[in-house]
This record gives sequence, C-alpha cells and structure tokens, in this order.
Amino acid sequence: MSTTLEPTGTPVPSSAARGITGASVRPGDRVFLGLSRGAGLLILLTMASIAIFLVVKAIPALQANTANFLTSTAWFPDQSPAVFGIAALVFGTVMTSIVAMVLAVPVGIGIALFIAHYAPRRLATALGFVTDLLAAVPSIIFGMWGLQFLTPHMEGLGEWLNTYLGFIPIFTNTLGLYSKSILIAGVVLAIMILPTISAITREVFVQVPRDHIEAALALGATRWEMVRLSIFPFAKPGMISAAMLGLGRALGETIAVALILSASYDINRHITEPGGNTFAANIALRWNEAGPIGLSALVASGLVLFVITLVVNMGARAVIARRAEFSGAN
Amino acid sequence: MNRTRTMSFAALAVTGALALTACGSDGGTAVTDSTSISCVSGAIKASGSSAQKNAVAEWVNTYQTACTGATIDYQANGSGAGITDFINKQTAFAGSDSPLKEEDKTKADARCATGPAIDIPMVGGAIVAAYNVAGVDKLILTPDLIAGIFSNEITKWNDPKIAAANAGVTLPDATIAQFHRSDSSGTTDNFTKYLTATAATAWTSGAGKEWKATGGQGAKGNDGIGAAIKATANSIGYVELSFALDNKLSTAWVDNGGGAIEPTSTTAAATVASATVKGTGNDLALTIDYTTKTGYPIVLVTYEITCEKGLDAGLLDLTKSFLTFTSSDAGQSKLTEFGYVPITGDLLTKVRAAVSSLSA
Repeated sequence: MSTTLEPTGTPVPSSAARGITGASVRPGDRVFLGLSRGAGLLILLTMASIAIFLVVKAIPALQANTANFLTSTAWFPDQSPAVFGIAALVFGTVMTSIVAMVLAVPVGIGIALFIAHYAPRRLATALGFVTDLLAAVPSIIFGMWGLQFLTPHMEGLGEWLNTYLGFIPIFTNTLGLYSKSILIAGVVLAIMILPTISAITREVFVQVPRDHIEAALALGATRWEMVRLSIFPFAKPGMISAAMLGLGRALGETIAVALILSASYDINRHITEPGGNTFAANIALRWNEAGPIGLSALVASGLVLFVITLVVNMGARAVIARRAEFSGAN
Repeated sequence: MNRTRTMSFAALAVTGALALTACGSDGGTAVTDSTSISCVSGAIKASGSSAQKNAVAEWVNTYQTACTGATIDYQANGSGAGITDFINKQTAFAGSDSPLKEEDKTKADARCATGPAIDIPMVGGAIVAAYNVAGVDKLILTPDLIAGIFSNEITKWNDPKIAAANAGVTLPDATIAQFHRSDSSGTTDNFTKYLTATAATAWTSGAGKEWKATGGQGAKGNDGIGAAIKATANSIGYVELSFALDNKLSTAWVDNGGGAIEPTSTTAAATVASATVKGTGNDLALTIDYTTKTGYPIVLVTYEITCEKGLDAGLLDLTKSFLTFTSSDAGQSKLTEFGYVPITGDLLTKVRAAVSSLSA
C-alpha cells in the first residue's frame, strides 16, 4: 500500500507504466522489447519445428503400416508388411501416469502444506531443500532403484491387493508374478514427480494473502478449516498447474520406465502383473536396432505423445481459466 | 624392481610413439611389444553392436596401451545405429551382429569411395539358456524344450518333457519364470533364428530382433536379463555367455540330437568355424548352421563392416592396423577370457585375408 492514492481512490500509475504509453521511448526499452519478443517467438518456432519434424519423419511409416495405427497393439514396423499400432502404448502410458498422479498429488500437496503453514521455520527450510533435492536425482537412478530395490519389496503389496481387493479387476493377478508391473512403474514415477508438485504448490501456498488467513482464523476457524476456506480456493489454479507439470513429466519419462516395465505389447488391465509399455520407454527400447520404417514408426508414436501432452496442457489451462474467475485471487 | 621395469618400458613406448608421430602417421613401423601390434597413430571412431562391446573395449585398451598415439573410440549404440553412422561417414567401421542387408549394402558401398563395403566376422558369441533353479547343477534342453519354455507351452520345471531329457535330476514343482529381452537385439534375433531352424513345429513366433512370443517377462539388455535371473528363483532366460559367467549363472547344455553339449567358448567356436560364407570375395557374411551336432549350436557372430577399398585416407591405416591386431592370435585369444567365442580355422584365415585387402 505504498502507492499514493489520488482523491478518487485509483492508484497513480507508476513511472514505468507511463513510459510505455508515453511519447518518448528510450533505447533500453526498445532493446528489451526486442529481446523479450524474440524469446517469445523462439519458443513458438522451436515447437513448430519439432511438430514439423515429427510429422515429416512419421509419414513413411504411416504409409507402410498395414495395421490400424490407433487400435493395433502390435509393434513390428520393420517386418514386411509393417504392422504396428499405439493402442498398447496409450494404455500403458495413461495407466502408469494415473497411478503416479493418484499417489503423488495428495502427498505432494500435503508436503507443500506442511512446509508452508504447519512446520516450524527451520524444519520447513530443511524439508523444502530435501524435496527439491529429489528433483536432482537422475532418472536412471530411479529406474535402477525401482528395479533392484523396490520390485522385491512391492511383491507383498501386490499379493495383498490381489487377496483383499482382487474383486476390483485392476488388482487381480492371475499369474502369481508381481514384478515389472505398471504399479511399480507408477510408484517410481510418483516419487519422481513429487518434487515438481510440492515445490510449485508450496510457492502458491506461501503467496496466499495473510489477510485471508487471519480473517478465517479470526472467524474462529480451526487450522484445517482455515486451509480449506482460505488457502485452497486461492491456490487451486496453482495446484492444478503443479499437477499438470507433474503429469507432463510422468507421461514423458523414459529410461526409468524402460528399465522397470516388462515391455509387452498388450492391453493388460491387471496392473500388478508384469507387462505394459509406454511411448517414451518404447522409443528408448526400440531406437537402437530399428530399421528405417522402425525409426519412422517410433517418431510417429512420439508425435502421438506430443499431441497427448498438448491436449492435457490445454485442458489444464482451460480448467485454470475457469477457476480463476471465482478464486480467492480476485 | 618390477615397477621400475614397467616404468622404463612405458617410457620406451612413449619414446617410440613420439618418434612415430615425428615420422608422420602413414607408417606401419612396429613398436616392440609382446602382442606385436604394428602401431599407427591417429584417431578413429566406430560404433555399433553392443554384443561385442566388451571385446572391443578390451582390444582398444590393449591397442592404445601399446600405441600411445592412437585413439579408437567405439560407441556401443546398437547395430542399426552403427550401420547408419558408417553410411553417414561418421565412423571408420561399424560393428554389427548381422551382415549388411541388401538395401544397407547399396548405401554402404556408396559411402566407400572406390570399393565395396565388406562384412568381416570378428567376434563370436554363445547365447545360453541361463537358469536359477536350486539343486539343479546340470540341465539338458533340446530345441523343442527351449521352444516350449519360451513360448509358455511348458510352464512347470517338473514337466514330464523336461524330466525325460534330464533323468536323475530332481526338478522342483515350480512355475518357470521366463525372461526375454524387452529391447530390440541381435541376441533375440539369433536365438529366435536358432529356434526357427531347429524347432519349427514347437516355435511359431518366427525370428527377429523383437521378441514376438507372448507371456514371460521382458528385461532390458543382457545385463538386465542376467540380473533378473539371478534375483528370481526358478527362472530361465537367454543371455550371452559372458553375462552368464559374470553373474555366475548355471547354463543349460543343449542337445541338437547328437548328445548334449556344454556351452563354452570352445564348443561354440566349432559352430562358428563351420559356418558357410555366403558373401562374395572378401565379404565374409556367414550362414550359421544352427542344426549342427558337433558344436554348441546357439551362436552369434558380430562383424566389423568397413570399406574394402576407398576408406578415407585419414582413417584407413589405423583401421587396418587395429583390425589386423584384433584378428591376430593375440587378439582372438583375448576373446575366450571374456566369455566370447574366437574365430578359428579356415574362417580366421579368410578374415585375415580380408583385413589385409583393405586399401585406398
């Protein structure tokens, strides 16, 4: 509230804001405008060139393909005639990401809330530092950890789910094998996206105006009611953005998933059984030995992942735009 | 005492290399060394098959130790990528676990200024059915049994068919955990080629770099399979011999109808040596006889693919010198130490002739 108020109550525009509309434009402004406009255009150009590259490289395989690209589950692009489709990859990618989101979003928000509003300051700093550190671990380390440490320890959970929740189709296990499953890959992905989600939501939680919090407490709200009434409504768009960024990473994660999953090309609803494959993992596993049509087919699958990610992000933007109207931010 | 000798030897080698550099890089002057490498200094890049990665790494290490002026960089990025790199003139030679295909051959010939690109077999490998079953020290498998296990027709270790081939062995009443490669690989290609050739009725999934049978579990790379078998009781999977040795896994003896044969470098070398050359001239593309009864039958051969004539002047001498070393007795004898299979007999003579034919 340091801006001086005119008698009408409207804030006086700052000198910088006046500079843009003013008659005299300084060279510094012009350079800065050029730089920022250039940066903005550059990202558009980059995205466009990636999209064009994917489309151009994907065409030969799509023309050679004798199966339905969208519904086939096989992946044999280098045999003749070429047979490949993305159905199994879509399923595996979506399922691993769903498992990851179900686990990581509540925990990530919990961590952020604790750091921002519950923990003593010293503990909060340390905890924030540790969660951020998790983001710096290379994904191949997560993959190896998942394969060699987590897999044997997940067997019990798989058996438990099959025994007590086996009536739900996704938890049924007919093979008696619990390794290399979508569930394990999902858990590892959840840990990998946790820092993204918690770091962003933490930043948003910290920005909730003190007035809102104090108003809620003054009305006699408990800590939990205060969080529900003042923090969540204000932070909702930020929480959604955080979840979407996490989802983006989960959809595109490559090497950790490639190491963990058994990489089969079928749609198996039983997520505790070995199997499943994702777009990114499939590209990593097939790239080295792929022939010309094989490479082109992998690029085509990359194009689909590109589109899926785009749709997910646009969906998230739409949700945020709708929420913003009645959030605490206004 | 010993240390001083090594030091002075190293000093000698360095002096030799310096002298060589001073004379220019075109010479083939021999530097005194126990492996009698004819040193050429310079730098070359190569890439391709990961199946021969450890063998090439060992050769490069030996070569560079003897010839300090030489740098050889082999990147194990897969056969397909290796051939592409070679065609795009990024490398001096490609490592590949199968000879050049027709369409690649045309492109590779075009990459060589004056002559054709040739396949030179250099490293053999044995693919073994490695297993982890407590109390079973020796397991004999026939092609039909291997096909049955890997196509999920045989699912129990105490299946009567397995028992029939292994009289006197107590097999557990346990489900077989079968592992196969989740990535595309020459190992899968050769393993499925073997099954297609020897168990045509039991194996219906065909041959190829991708695993096409259903069931079982996939793992990435030979190391991934080796680790998975080691970690899983009652498991079986196919890996290259060296990875089975590294992980101290039991390996099944294979009976092609002439008695069970243990997978070793020596028994596999017999199969590699008996392969027929299908290429012409110095192109030594091989047809492996998977039905052999005199050697361990599941083998693969990796080739070095380079220009017989017309390799870029800056790359030729070092490439030729390096391949001369790898095909020498000293080079081939190293293969056995690391669980690879050496090239022997008449085939080795042909390999040496092909290497010495490399020219501008």
